[in-house]
Amino acid sequence: MARDSQAALVALNRFGFGARGGASGDLVNAASDPRGFVKAELARANGMLLEAPGLQSTPQLGQAVFAYQDEVRRAREAAKAAAPAETPSPAPTEPNAGLRRNPSLNATATAGQMAEAKPADNGTKPDAMQPNAAAPTAAKPAPLNVIQKTFRAEALARLQRATLAECGFTERLVAFWSNHFCISASKGELARIWAGAFEREAIRPHVLGRFADMLNSVEQHPAMLFFLDNQQSLGPDSRAGQNRKRGLNENLAREIMELHTLGVGGGYTQGDVTSLARIITGWTFAGRQGQLGSPGSFVFNANAHQPGPQVLLGKTYEATGRAQGEAALADLARHPSTANFIATKFVRHFVADDPPPALVARLRDVFVKTDGDLKALAMALVDSDEAWKAPLTKMRSPYDFLVASGRLLAQVPEDPSRYLNGLNLLGQPLWSPPGPNGFPDTNAAWAAPEGIKLRLDIAAQIGARLGNNVDPRDLLEFAAADAASIETRKTIERAESRQQALALLLMSPEMQRR
Amino acid sequence: MIDCVENRLLTSRRGLLLGGASFAAWAYLPKFARAADRHDPRLIVVILRGALDGLSTVGPIGDPDYAGLHGSIALTADGAHPAIMLDSFFALHPAMPEFARMYRDRHAAVIHAVATPYRDRSHFDGQDVLESGYAGPGRVQSGWLNRALEALPRGERVSSGLAVGPTTPLVLRGNAPTVGWAPVALPQADDDTAMRLVELYRHRDPTLASALSQGLQLDKVAAGEDMKAKRGNAVAQMRQVARGAAKLMAADDGPRIAALAFDGWDTHANEGGPVGRLAFLLGGLDGALAEFESSLGDRWRDTVVVVATEFGRTARINGTEGTDHGTGTIALLAGGAVKGGRVIADWPGLKLADLHEARDLKPTTDLRSVMKGVLQDQFGLSDRVLAETVFPDSASARPMKGLVT
Repeated sequence: MARDSQAALVALNRFGFGARGGASGDLVNAASDPRGFVKAELARANGMLLEAPGLQSTPQLGQAVFAYQDEVRRAREAAKAAAPAETPSPAPTEPNAGLRRNPSLNATATAGQMAEAKPADNGTKPDAMQPNAAAPTAAKPAPLNVIQKTFRAEALARLQRATLAECGFTERLVAFWSNHFCISASKGELARIWAGAFEREAIRPHVLGRFADMLNSVEQHPAMLFFLDNQQSLGPDSRAGQNRKRGLNENLAREIMELHTLGVGGGYTQGDVTSLARIITGWTFAGRQGQLGSPGSFVFNANAHQPGPQVLLGKTYEATGRAQGEAALADLARHPSTANFIATKFVRHFVADDPPPALVARLRDVFVKTDGDLKALAMALVDSDEAWKAPLTKMRSPYDFLVASGRLLAQVPEDPSRYLNGLNLLGQPLWSPPGPNGFPDTNAAWAAPEGIKLRLDIAAQIGARLGNNVDPRDLLEFAAADAASIETRKTIERAESRQQALALLLMSPEMQRR
Repeated sequence: MIDCVENRLLTSRRGLLLGGASFAAWAYLPKFARAADRHDPRLIVVILRGALDGLSTVGPIGDPDYAGLHGSIALTADGAHPAIMLDSFFALHPAMPEFARMYRDRHAAVIHAVATPYRDRSHFDGQDVLESGYAGPGRVQSGWLNRALEALPRGERVSSGLAVGPTTPLVLRGNAPTVGWAPVALPQADDDTAMRLVELYRHRDPTLASALSQGLQLDKVAAGEDMKAKRGNAVAQMRQVARGAAKLMAADDGPRIAALAFDGWDTHANEGGPVGRLAFLLGGLDGALAEFESSLGDRWRDTVVVVATEFGRTARINGTEGTDHGTGTIALLAGGAVKGGRVIADWPGLKLADLHEARDLKPTTDLRSVMKGVLQDQFGLSDRVLAETVFPDSASARPMKGLVT
């Protein structure tokens, strides 16, 4: 039984988001057939897709941003016209100003408070009974704009899916690939409104499909083209380049090779970067005027495309327009360096910071033999002995930690604020990594002193808020059963209150390591 | 499962994060039986979570065995920090001068060697029994104070609605609607929780132990305060919650009945005697009582504050200058309506044979008798309601008479 619980812990924590509390029976189910429990999710047709009422497509969202920007501009012009001529009008609301921040910060109190400021439902002077020390309802938050609303709705749909999933392996794969091919919502309004749609449209459909298809979807997605500036890149000899005296932007091309496929040191040169940049000129999205197509949708703009054949990694790609880039991506996806890079990163994420070389080699071979079949890759990981024998030493990322906590407490979020604020506080703001290389994936990043202390503060807050309603001893059974250490068990039993016990449980190695 | 999730969602929607203290109150004004004599009674129940060492708070220094058992942390009538004599036998911890003053003014009383019917030593189960009012653990749907409210004729709704509420302590949970308030959270985990976690990590996860220790250190440097000052924060927070709660209750349309909880009383190691960890906490509690008094103003006259804890601690100190989970302890009453100036105790003695299981102060008074006595005197609840509904199966624990003027 002890061994089975240990295997169940691997199934739920290494591969998934941890056991759900309540009547889920996750740990028992996982213990009876650990590998089968993990694989069951992969067998579910379309289980990786996320569709929720109200979630819109990238072009629809792009058009919503354009309309919103027009509205802001009109309001600003109207204000200017109304202002006396001699005094400069007060700085109008820059459409970008409030949006660099996470909208949740605008919507609620500060991250540290994580409180839902909610007006009194009876509408009678909410302050009247507020002693001077507290004014949680004093500041009425500004109404959310369409970008903020969309971001929160996308975040909520993702959080709910992760909370409700049986094991969560599929959602963990989504998070892995989404971070591999990350964009950042902090790039601007379009990136923020598109962040969720990008994941739904470019990542999810291929998480159990082919790497080459995911690569192609990602590099043609308006969110990625915007994030890495490819919509500004013009072939120097293209008509648009000639007319506007502008040329290449190598940003996307470089990251495709360095971060998305070959990896740094994967055998490409600066010449190859420039060449790929030329190859994908013209990959852009239609703007608000819709001259090239439906506003906010991917288009190949032949006018901006560098004419002529290009040489990339020693191979010549003929001038076939959009197909030239697609052929180049297909070859990059198939490159041995890519197989090695992906296998290493995959094992590092799921197994250990120092990935076992034999396992990496096996997954690399699977990737090569199956032509980048990502389901086969995931299955090979689950089938390996290493993934079950390696101790659970990886630190849960802040996202994993918050989701695992919500699952254990059987709390299906109906508002993403607490999660978004928690992620901001812990240094993993949703869909907003610091750079195109995504969030780090090592213990050095997530087991840092400051981060652990902040996690404890958040755990204590969760304990104070929810400890009343639960028995942490039961929760430890749900989370780890007899795989829990004696020390953890005793620490929880000896806690001076349920609140404290819950905080300690959430911070226990059983909940922090995966 | 679905029901369970939805219930918790409701709770979370009302939820507000807070540190070691919380407050909740009834949403309606009760229509009191005693309205005729213009008596407008108020009741505040303070739960001390973690198990208060009653023998260190009100020391039986007249008992010949006390000093030996409580050793280095025993209260004494002399020395640098002498305890405050309440009578010729019992002495109050020197960190509680406000309570001493109320006691002298006959507005405060101590009940000693008291306990709930619970005889095991789990905090959670003990708190459940204390707050649920049932004779045993496992009944956590409603608390005795809430059931007492249900038995009261319901008056006007308290109109100045509180928008956000803390988690309601179990004692006040149940069918009768309540409202909550909490000061904006001090968002940090308390030292005690942090130290327990460091200890766990030290045994199970040395990397995290070192990371957390460093993180706590950084935090301290950033805040520019030492441990003493941080403990001071907990004390300030107790006062703050009490002040806020009292201000709410002082209003004409404010709640008349409230409950709050203070954490941190689980003093297993380095408990301290006249000064130290327990002294800090008692100072906070004393300050909270003073805040109740001053912020309730004229209403203090009609107020009873009951302070209770889930169980006591061992009579003999342990090997780490602290005390382990025990049984008998104290309850405190304070307020203008309390018939005070006395320590109410059927003192069992501290000889080995007199101790419960040869280790704990033997309870000779049922805490439910104290609570029932207060509820009866303040709100006129009948013996039957008290014995069947408020504290089910408690007929043997008769309401204590004459606690309230």
